[in-house]
Parts: sequence; C-alpha cells; structure tokens
Amino acid sequence: MDIWLLPVAILATTTVLAFPLSRYLSLIMDGKYLAPRMLRWFEERLNSGPQDWKQYVGSMLLFNTVLFLFGFAVLALQPWMPLNGDAKGMLAPSTIFHSVVSFMTNTDLQHYSGDQHLSNFSQIFFGLSNFFLSASIGFCGLVAIIRAFRSDAHLGNFFVDMWRVVVYMFLPISFVLGVAFLQQGSPMTFESSVQVSTLEHGVMGTTNKGDAKQQSIVVGPLAAFVPMKQLGTNGGGFYGMNSAHPFENPTALTNFLSCVAMMLFPFGLVLMFGRMLKRLRHSYVIFTVMMTLMIATVIWAVYYDTLKPNPGLTAHGPAQTFEVPSATAPGGRRTVTLPSVAPMPVDQHLGNLEGKEMRFGTSAGATFAALTVDVTDGAVNAEHDSLNPIAALSPMVGMWLNCIFGGKGVGMINMLLYIIIGIFVAGMMVGRTPEYLGKKIGGREAKLALIALLVHPLMILFPTGIFAATDWGIKAESNPGAHGFSQIAYQFSSASANNGSAFDGLGVTYGFANNPAPAPEAVPWDLAAALVIIVSRFLPIIAPIAMAAYLGAKKSAPYGVGTLRDDTVTFGFLLLGTVVIIGALLFLPVAALGPIAEHLGPIPFGG
Amino acid sequence: MSTTAMVEETQQKPGMKREKPKPPKRVKRMALFTKETTLPAIKQAFAMLRPDIQWKNPVMFVVEVGAFLTLLYILKALFGAPESLVSISYFIALDVWLWLTVVFANFATALAEARGKAQAESLRRSRRETRALRLGPDETIEDISSTLLRPGDRVVVSAGFTIPGDGEIISGIASIDESAITGESAPVIREAGSDRSGVTGGTFVLSDRIVVRITSGPGDSFLDRMIGLVEGAIRQRSPNEIALTLALSAMTLIFLIVVIPLWPMAWNAEQYMMGYLGIQEPLKSLGTDIPTLIALLVCLIPTTIGALLAAIGIAGMERALRANIIAKSGKAVEMAGDIDVVLLDKTGTITMGHRHATSFLPLGKYKANDVGQLAALASAADETPEGKSIVKLYESLGNVPVTTPQQSQFVPFSAQTRMSGIDFPNGRRIRKGAPDAVARFIQESGGRVPDNLRPLVDGAASKGATPLVVAEDGQVAGMIVLEDILKPGMKERFARLRKMGLRTVMITGDNPLTASTIAAEAGVDDFIAEATPENKLEYIRKEQAEGKLVAMMGDGTNDAPALAQADVALAMNAGTQAAKEAANMVDLDSDPTKLIETVEIGKQLLITRGALTTFSIANDVAKYFAIIPALFAGTLPWLKLMDIMNLHSPTSAILSAIIFNALIIPALIPVALKGVAYKPLGADALLRRNLLIWGAGGVILPFVGIKLIDVVLVGLHLLS
Repeated sequence: MDIWLLPVAILATTTVLAFPLSRYLSLIMDGKYLAPRMLRWFEERLNSGPQDWKQYVGSMLLFNTVLFLFGFAVLALQPWMPLNGDAKGMLAPSTIFHSVVSFMTNTDLQHYSGDQHLSNFSQIFFGLSNFFLSASIGFCGLVAIIRAFRSDAHLGNFFVDMWRVVVYMFLPISFVLGVAFLQQGSPMTFESSVQVSTLEHGVMGTTNKGDAKQQSIVVGPLAAFVPMKQLGTNGGGFYGMNSAHPFENPTALTNFLSCVAMMLFPFGLVLMFGRMLKRLRHSYVIFTVMMTLMIATVIWAVYYDTLKPNPGLTAHGPAQTFEVPSATAPGGRRTVTLPSVAPMPVDQHLGNLEGKEMRFGTSAGATFAALTVDVTDGAVNAEHDSLNPIAALSPMVGMWLNCIFGGKGVGMINMLLYIIIGIFVAGMMVGRTPEYLGKKIGGREAKLALIALLVHPLMILFPTGIFAATDWGIKAESNPGAHGFSQIAYQFSSASANNGSAFDGLGVTYGFANNPAPAPEAVPWDLAAALVIIVSRFLPIIAPIAMAAYLGAKKSAPYGVGTLRDDTVTFGFLLLGTVVIIGALLFLPVAALGPIAEHLGPIPFGG
Repeated sequence: MSTTAMVEETQQKPGMKREKPKPPKRVKRMALFTKETTLPAIKQAFAMLRPDIQWKNPVMFVVEVGAFLTLLYILKALFGAPESLVSISYFIALDVWLWLTVVFANFATALAEARGKAQAESLRRSRRETRALRLGPDETIEDISSTLLRPGDRVVVSAGFTIPGDGEIISGIASIDESAITGESAPVIREAGSDRSGVTGGTFVLSDRIVVRITSGPGDSFLDRMIGLVEGAIRQRSPNEIALTLALSAMTLIFLIVVIPLWPMAWNAEQYMMGYLGIQEPLKSLGTDIPTLIALLVCLIPTTIGALLAAIGIAGMERALRANIIAKSGKAVEMAGDIDVVLLDKTGTITMGHRHATSFLPLGKYKANDVGQLAALASAADETPEGKSIVKLYESLGNVPVTTPQQSQFVPFSAQTRMSGIDFPNGRRIRKGAPDAVARFIQESGGRVPDNLRPLVDGAASKGATPLVVAEDGQVAGMIVLEDILKPGMKERFARLRKMGLRTVMITGDNPLTASTIAAEAGVDDFIAEATPENKLEYIRKEQAEGKLVAMMGDGTNDAPALAQADVALAMNAGTQAAKEAANMVDLDSDPTKLIETVEIGKQLLITRGALTTFSIANDVAKYFAIIPALFAGTLPWLKLMDIMNLHSPTSAILSAIIFNALIIPALIPVALKGVAYKPLGADALLRRNLLIWGAGGVILPFVGIKLIDVVLVGLHLLS
C-alpha cells in the first residue's frame, strides 16, 4: 500500500495548491493584481499596445527569434565567457542548434550532458534564462486564447503577459522553492567543481607518484537552477543524469517537491481557464478528465514497473514456438522455436530496480516517469530505458496524448483541440450546429483544430519511420529490434511533445566540436529532432490562437435546454472518449511495434 | 372575425364535400427500396465511379485511388515476378471489396437522389399542362395553354377548373382543393385582399369564380422549384455539410500520416527478425505490402460517413418535402435545428381564432339561467360564431332551445351601436353588447347601471376574456363571458418545444393585460402585445443581438419585414406573395404549428450526421485490433495476443475488416435516409443516449461483425 502513498500524496497536494494558485493566476493575467510601483513602471514600458491575434503571434515569434539568437551566442561563445572554471570548449554546431531550439521551446531535450559540456555561465544564461522565458510562452498563448474566447476587444499584449507571468508568478514561487532545495542540500555556488578525496583509497586511480587521485565533482548554482526547471516544466538537467543526481534532487522531500512543482502550473492553468471564462464547472470537467488519464498513466507505470519483476531476469519457460511465413521453407511456413530461459538469481520483490534511485522510494521512479511526461516536464529521476517494456508505454502515452495537463498553457491548448473535435463530431448528436462556449464551430475552426492536431503524429511517425529504416536510427540504437524501435519512437515523441525526457540508449551526443569520436549519427539526430521541435512547438500554438480568434469573432448564443452542456458528466465521457480513441488511432501501431512487441516477445529479444 | 377563423370554420363544415373527381394525389410515404428507385440507383452507382465525380468527395476519392493502385499492383504481379508470399487471389479479393466500397457509397447517394426524383415525378404529374382563361387588358377572355402564362397575367378560374399557375387572387373568393400538393383532402378557402390570397398552380377550384394574377413564369413555380430541389439539380451543400466534408478530409490526411510511416517501421522489424532468426532470404510481412496498407488506410478513414453524407443531406430535404414544407435551400432546413426562439401568431395558431361564450354571470335579481335565456334570445338570429356559441352554451347547460315570437324583430350588430339583440312584438327589448354601449342603451331607456357591473366587467377583461353585457329594457341582467379558447393540445406542443430547448413567443394584437393571461394559459414563454410590424421586427432584432436564432411563422404582407429578418421564416402557402417571398420556407399545408416539425427535421438532419460520423470513427478501434497483428504476423508473431477476436489468419483478418468496412455502408443506408430519431429529452440526455448507441455501439459492433465475417469466410472455404 505504501507504494501508492507517494503518487497519491503528490496528486492530492498539487490539486489542493492549484485552487488558490488559479485564483492568483487569473487575477494577474486580467491585470487586477496591483504590483509594486517599480515593477509596474517596467510593465508600462513593455506595453506596446493592444494586439490582435496576428500581432500577438508576431510578437511571440519575434521574441523567440531573439531568444534563439541570444541562446546561440551564449553557447557558441562558451569558451570565452566567465564562470568556466573547467575551461569547457564549444559544443558541436549541430548540438548548439539543437540545444538552443530545444531550450527556447520549453522542450529541453538534451543531446549533451550538462555537467560535462556546459559552464556555469551557460547553465545560468542559457539554461536558467530559458527556463523562465520559454515557460511563459505557452502560458501567454493560452491567455490569448481565453481572451479570444471571451470576445475581448483585443488579445492583450504579449510582452506585458510575458512580464506578468515571469515576474509576478515564476520569480516568487521559484525563490521559495529554491530556499527549500538549498536547505535540503543542493549546492549554490559559482565554483565549477570541487576536488574531494574519495573514501575508498585510489578509486579514481593513482598518480605516477602513487598518490590517490582526487575526484572532481561538478557543482554550480543548483538551488537556483532546479526550482524553475521543474516549475516551468522545462526539465533540462544541470547534470546529465538530471533529477537522479544527488545535488539536483538531494532527498525524498526534494523529489516530492519536484513532482509537485512541475505539476503546479499545469493544474492551476486548467482552473484559471475556467475562472477567466467564468465557466469554472467546465474547467472542473476538463480537470477531472485530465486527472483520470493521469491516474491511469501513473497506475500503469507503477503497476508494471514496481509491482512486476524485470522480465529480463525472470524465468521463461517452457519453450515457445511461432510460425512465420517463408518462401523457401516447406509449406511456406517456418517455425521459430524460442528456448526456455532460466531465471537470474536476483531478488525482485521490490519490482524492477534497474536504473532507479532507491533514495526516493520504490515507486518514485515509475511515478516520476509517468508525471514528468504527462506535464511535459521531461526531468527524470530514473532511467526510462530500464523501465519494464510495457511500463514504458505509460510515458509514451503521456507524450502521444500530450494533453494530460500537459505543458503550461500548451497542454490546455491541446485539450481544447480535442474538445473542439469532440464537440464538432459528437456534439451534432444533440441536433444543433456544434457550438463551444456559445460559438458555432464552423469548417474553418474544425480545420484549424485538425491541422494543429495532425502536426503531432506527423512529426512523430514520419521521422520515426525514416530513422527506423535507415542507419540514422539503426546505428544509433543501443539495442536492436523492438526496444531500439522504442528508443527512436520515444526520442521523436519527446521532441514533438516538447517534453524533453529521454529514453536513453540512443547515441545522439556529439559533444564538443573537437570531439574526435562523436556518436556516429549525432548530427542527423540533432537536426531532425530540432526541426520536429520547432514545427511541433509553434504550429500547435499559432493555429489554435487563430481558431480562437475566429470563434471569438462569432456571436455567442445563450445556453438553453437544447444546447450541448460542457459542464456535465456526459461531456466528461465525451471528452475522455475523444482523447482515448483519437490517441489510440494515431499511435497504436507504434505502441504495438515498440513496447507491446517487446513485452509480448520472447527474452532475449531486442536486447 | 379573421379570415383564419373562416377557413377553420369552412374546413369543419361537414356539408362541404367534394363532388369533383379526385386530382392525382402525391405519394406521401415511400418504401426504402423499391424497384423504381433501386434499379436506376444501382446503374448510377457504377456510372458515378468517374474520378471527376468522386473528386467532390475526398474520402471516397482516396478509396478509389487506392482501389486503382491495387489494380495496378495485381496487373504487375500477374505479369511480373510475385513479390509477396500471399496468393494473388487475396489481392483480387481485396481490390474487389475496395471497388465495392466506392460503389456502395455511390449507391447510397444515387438511391437518395432516385427517391427524390420519384417524388419529383409524382409532383410533376400534377403540374401537367392545363387550359388557362387569360383576361386581356380589355377584359376579354382568351383561352390559352398554361405554359404561355407570364407573371402579371390575369386569369379567370371557375369551379371545376385547375388553377393554371402560382398566383394571388385579386378578386373573388373560392374553396380550393389543394390535395394535389398537400395531400390534404379538406378544401380550403382563399379570398382576395386577405392574408390568404395565395394559390398554387395545379390545385383545383371547387366552388365560385376567382381572378388570379399569375406571379411565376413557366418553370419557376413552386412545384418546379420543389422538383428542382429534390432532383438535386440546384442542391447546394449546406455550410454544416461543407464544414464536415472539410473535417473528414483532414481526418483522411491524418490517417494517411499514420499509415505511410508503417511501411518503413515494418521494414525495420523485418530486417531485425532476419538477423534474429539468422536467415538470409528476405523476410516479408504484410506490413510492407502496399495493397494491405491501402486496405488499412481505407478501413481507418471515415468511409462510412463519407459515403453517406450526401445521402443524409438529400434525405433531409426530402423529409421536409414529405412534411409539405418547401425549403428554399438545404441551409434553411438545417438552421431550423438551431432555432432558439419561435414567434407564433396567437390568432389561429394558439387559439381557435374566434371567441366562444363560456359562462353567464347574473346581476341583481337575475339568476345565471335567466341571463343565459336572455342572451340566447338576443342571439337567436345571430349568425356570427359568437352568437351561435351563446345559444350553444345555453343549450348545453340543459335548457330547452329558446323560441322567438313570430313578429319579433332582430337587431343586427353594427359598428355604430356595437350591440345586437331582438325586439319582441310586445315591445320587450333585449340587447347584448359592449359594456359601454349597453350602458348607454340603459340610460337612454331611463334605467340605471348597477354599481357592481364595473368590477365584473374589469374582472373578465383582465382574464383575457371579452365581456358582453345583457340588458332587458332598462335593466342590466348580467354578463356573457366570451373567450377565445386555446386549440386543444397546444400546451403539450409548447412543452415539447421547451424540452427541445426552444422559447415560444406569442404575437397578438391584444392589450398587454389580456396577452399575458392568454400567454400564461397557453404556456408560452413570452408575448408581444399590441403587435405592429415594427415591434415584431424590433423583437426579432433584440433576440438576434443576444446571439439567438429566431424562427417566425407568418402569412400576411405586414409579416414580411419580420419574416425577412428572422433566421428561419416559414410562410404559409395560402399567405400573400410578399410573405412567401420574404420567407425561406413555405408550408403547403398552411398549418401554423408546422414550425415544430420543421425544427425536428433540422435537428434530425444534424443528429444523423453526428451519429454516423461518431460511429465511423468509433469503428476504427476494432479494425486496428484485427489488422495490426495481421500486419506483423510474419515478423512479430507474438502480437497475435493483441488479436482479441482470434481471427483465422492474417489475410482473413484484413479481408474481414475491409468487408465489414464496405458492408456497413449499405447497412446504414436506411438510417441515413430515414434519419436518426429525434427525441426532445434535453441536450444532455440526448447526447448520452446517442453517445451510447453510436459511440459505444460503434466501438463494439465491428468486433462482432468482423469476427462473424471471418467465421463465414472460413466456413465457406474461401480462405486457406
């Protein structure tokens, strides 16, 4: 039972906190919060005037361009910048491109290892600054959509929204969280590394003189870095091993706080949506649907990973036979016989422990894995590559649906697409032209919603197909077969969902530009993933803003007995069904070829 | 008394039976599949395989392209080296079913059109050429063919003749048999200068003689327009249908995105398995087999709704026609489903349209029965419905009919006196009439009006009733209460409208006090009292500004502005030309409560579309469970565990799925043509019900269907 305690505590705490937060959020975004005079002075300077949807989107794209150029400069100039105690060089150009795109879009998929490849200057001015700024973009997009739905005279001002989100919300909350991490033992220093004598003599090797070598441990301003990494659902690790590292996630308490922090805004934003539209009950229904899916992914992960043994270590017998068609074999069929396998002498009563951090508790790895993808955080505290094959379906489903709370703003925007499609198709069954928030959904709106929705499968399935059939993918995967296929599919799912968690096992790291032996396929991975990230980031924000603007321009019909209600249990089931069926139709083949084939298949199969 | 009431009265008269031979009657009900419609539809289904016709339906166009590609693949396999391990007969079977899918879709559309055409044909029979007696400028009568008539011509039509074209009566009054277009056998009265002056070509004059000014040229009459509409010649796709077509195209694109990458993914699995099994020969699975992937694509894209969409639209139009409503466009029918507010005339729609006596109230020494007797005497010779109702009420209270002495003199009602009554030979004078008129009569006769008359009169008036005071010589005897009684069943109808989510508004010329009483009694939600064309228009605009869609029913010329403003305007065929021009629907039956049916037809149209789209998409889940294990049976045989239907073999799984996908189209043709039943349960209950039937049902049914087809295929030894 204690296995379920952690996930229940995380979900309950975050839900309770989300209510007051949502009130605060809607006050701030509606400009009703009165900031200190000095901050207001800045806000007024930033205000470039009311914007329509095209201007708003234009400002957003302009801002991202600046963010891209700045990030590129910081990483490219790393060797010449201060706070670089270990004299780190320049990353490979393709990796810089990928990393900048990845961080600016809140994805934080890392084809480098922070502790090995980035200086503290880069961690702060590239990593931390992007944590704050990229996190606010989806947020602003959602607020613009809400204003469009409300038929406001204009969509507000992007720069003002940005300022409000970053300064009035992210800064104070991340400060409080930072103090907690500091207290729990996260380092906070500009030093690059500390030299320590190892407890076991000579474990790092010995010098020529026979003295034991000291261990060099990378440190940095972690207590400032980590809170926003989680709060902004960024997930880019200071260390390569991310939240599994003792400095990045020192204790079970910080692990708990990390989980709460990454879910806080996605939860709160759903309720903010209802508050700003004055349709709180509607947002309760959405919240419940998202929560149902989230609970399902958590249960799936924990059940198959913590309560089931690692199948690679268990006995497989008796021998199994399968028939596959064959042109040469007699009868056109070849029989494949898979021998029985003896168990490994490993105690598995705590489930699959491979790649887990036991400091956090047995179910912490699986729980974290499910949550981090649901809210597109992408931080990890366990190796997803080592999850039991079928348990790994949970994080993949989280990314495929991409609306189980999802990233700040974008998750809710994705859910809106499902709502629009669901209403457009099934809403007709009440005998009226489908309408949402009193606005009739026409062909243009449905088309925009479907276009925004098709970007995700397009950006996952096509690259996965291409890489699976070429050396780009086959030579990069650590295990061939179904598991390797999962690695490829996971990487592109993570990129397209702007998630950033990695399955690991793929050779995608080029390292410094002068690395003599980079991963052979690192460049195509850098470029392909970066392109996927860009397309999957901006189209699914811009198209819904346009859709909301068109809807908002329509006359709003009052609710009546004959109108489809969006705040009922029936509507909840309609929405749940829409998400599950569309999700299954898009991704079931990939699931079958990856995790399901690996799960059902014999051991050893595909690594 | 209004003309509406007159019509009611005439229609109820039992004596007025037709003696003339019955003109051809319209087919009102049609079996789904008749020889006349099915055979041409089958022929048409094959003719419609032309790519330029399919192009208009993107979903089915994709199927046709897929079927064509499979055909090419088969030809290549026949003449070249076979690339696949699967037998050629599998591909041929696949291709046949792909083509059949397109043919079934065409058949659905063709059948709907054929049914429309059959209906048009029966209409056309009533439009046959007739004689017309044209009135020249010098009032001479010219006998010409009806096809030579032009708008503006005046024709004379007398009893026993067919009206040669649509028009308006400019002089005379006649009873007309409209059964040729409405199917309703009771004759109706049409009169010049009234709100019921419109006549339709092809209808039959039963009595009297009228002069009609023709308003439509040949080929432009209502019947012609109806024929045009049902034949689909001028059928434009409605905005909702276009929106859905767009969405279906986008879904098709999405499934293309799902299916195309399956090829390299399956290839990856093949490569790995070759290494895993340590074999050199190429390993093939159905996952890299192009026709099989085409079959998967066809199974996934929304072919069911794509095939039936056009038929649903045509059938909706046809249902409206069967209800004797001519819509000027499909959009109007569809929009009727979205209506929020309905404006209805009080007189003739909500009430019977004429006042009936309902009680006698005595004053002073008189008893109620005395008042009744005096009233009956005063009305003995009164031929107005009010007068008759007084006599009737008196007799229904158990009294013997009154008799009047021989030489008594009847005093008819006049606008000056506003009284009527009777003078007996003995000088006894009985009067009934408006309270102030009778009061004057009493004072003139030297009597005194009792003080307690005023509250009695006011009390009746405030209840929406009309008080008539009865006086005998110089004395007030009491009062007759006249009430315009509600039509039976109106309250239930309004309740039904309310359940459908519509608000009803009564339009009346009465004062607000009276109007509110009748409104409360009839159960309407709101009323417009002392209605003028301006305040009707204003009311509609106000509602529309709140985002509501307004429907209005009207017949008079003064309704025209409001009809033009309303989103759905239903004019009565008997109404004036101005009203019919302003409306976007015309009711041939001239039945004011027809709006309810109109709204239901509109709703049904949308529900049917939504239900079949939901069903179409929900179906895909089961098809995946059949096809995915089959695709990878050659490389990942353990995926067989996903095949919860436990199908016979990979090829039988794929064939069963594609056969199910094709057969479901003709199976659902009856639903598309008849429409999914609409029940006014409220949106939430309706959605729940339809989600269960079409959503959940759509998920479950194909599991059963595909398994059954698989069993049959194996049972017939059609598969190895």
